[in-house]
Amino acid sequence: MQAHFVRGLKCRLCGKEYPLKALNFCTEDFGPVEVFYDYDALKAEVSRQVFERRPDNMWRYRELLPLEGEPTVGLHVGGTPLVKADRLAEVLGVETLWIKNDAVNFPSLSFKDRVVAVALSKAREFGFTTVGCASTGNLANSVAANAAAAGLEAYIFIPADLERAKVLGTSVYGAKVIGVHGTYDEVNRLCSQVVDRFGWGFVNINLRPFYAEGSKTMGFEIAQQLGWRTPQHVVVPMAGGALIGKIHKAFQELAMVGLIETRRCAFHGAQATGCNPISDAVKTGREAHRPVKRPNTIAKSLAIGDPADGYFAAKVIRDTGGWAEDVSDAEIAEGMALLARTEGIFAETAGGVTLAVARKLIEQGRLPRDEEIVLCITGNGLKTQDAVVDCLEKPTLIGTALQEFEALLEKVTEAALV
Amino acid sequence: MAIKINVPTPMRQHTGGKAEVAATGATVRAALDDLGRQFPGIADRLFEKPGQLRRFVNVYLNDEDIRYLENLNTAVKDGDELAIIPAVAGG
Repeated sequence: MQAHFVRGLKCRLCGKEYPLKALNFCTEDFGPVEVFYDYDALKAEVSRQVFERRPDNMWRYRELLPLEGEPTVGLHVGGTPLVKADRLAEVLGVETLWIKNDAVNFPSLSFKDRVVAVALSKAREFGFTTVGCASTGNLANSVAANAAAAGLEAYIFIPADLERAKVLGTSVYGAKVIGVHGTYDEVNRLCSQVVDRFGWGFVNINLRPFYAEGSKTMGFEIAQQLGWRTPQHVVVPMAGGALIGKIHKAFQELAMVGLIETRRCAFHGAQATGCNPISDAVKTGREAHRPVKRPNTIAKSLAIGDPADGYFAAKVIRDTGGWAEDVSDAEIAEGMALLARTEGIFAETAGGVTLAVARKLIEQGRLPRDEEIVLCITGNGLKTQDAVVDCLEKPTLIGTALQEFEALLEKVTEAALV
Repeated sequence: MAIKINVPTPMRQHTGGKAEVAATGATVRAALDDLGRQFPGIADRLFEKPGQLRRFVNVYLNDEDIRYLENLNTAVKDGDELAIIPAVAGG
């Protein structure tokens, strides 16, 4: 068995250390606990070559993930494309633009497969047989799929008004799906109580420190795919606010273990105006976000009114010289269509948020047109089709005779000439 | 006035293992202060400084987050239920 470098959990507020166990907060001050590693030992062990010669999935970076044994869940997660988006760059008027496309992550088509692979592998190490989550949809899909493959029993709690495709894409795997009449934050609170009462392993409750580490692999991949370096700007969608912090941590760790040089990389956060607690905190210079009681946006995967990592996300944005913005539902749908039409990538609503926010930041001059930008696309548009259905042209209907098509083409050509 | 307070597992070391504690007071703050009087040690866990809850402690009055009400000044009445729940979850 290979060596592991994870050493324990540490409170992000007071620094109190805990052994590795299913715990998401410090019992002294309720601050979040985070996994820590032996970076000195890691430095001697890992190299670009070690990572490069392994299969192209998230586990190539396993020394920087918090398992004590081999991964057992989600063995094929990650390794998603970093697409050079020249056609989109031209429309946006920027020189160098990349799309990190987790819309095609395996098995459930979102970045959540990364966090779930770690959380459920860890759940097995801890001996849990029942797992679950509170979810806005993508996590539900991923926990259900990966738990099915691992033979774990899963309880998935979602807001009752979720998109049909996300509900269906959960129950198909045989998970027990519980639709709660309430917002995501209310679902989340209920799940905290469920975990407290039943002692199950919930990926984003008591397994959260391990779960969140999985997000780092999106950052590791970006750096490796750019040829072992970081870009000047990253734009990340924010729901709970953990992903943006973990991509930042990924770049920091790669520098700490000597695999990349430390370069300035500004982190920018993207939200929907109908649920913008973190971008509001950044824009108003507030240290702590004001929670949003009733999120109202088509970007349901980002509809977390009281983000657990809101404070830390705003801090990363401030500390790295980035910014945050939010966009309307109409801008989100336009963003989805623009990405699809320029790059052939059908992202979910959160992708529309990221693209529309990037556009706004470019217009504001916060994303300079001559600097390198990476947009993080985290989910697949097939799951949120309703969001764009109204802004798409319906197919033209004709009969089966060739003349009908010829007549149609003539009309289209004439219309184009006018 | 008797208010029922639900205490989360990691705080029960301060309540002699009790998951539910009765407290009195006319506001959320008064009820939590009473909890602190009954069980010394719990106040430090709850409050950053007097009158200010720690950043990652959420308090709910009958299932409603007190930040959407009047925070610690929210009035409580006989039979109300308060729940203390760690905020670091989800996302």
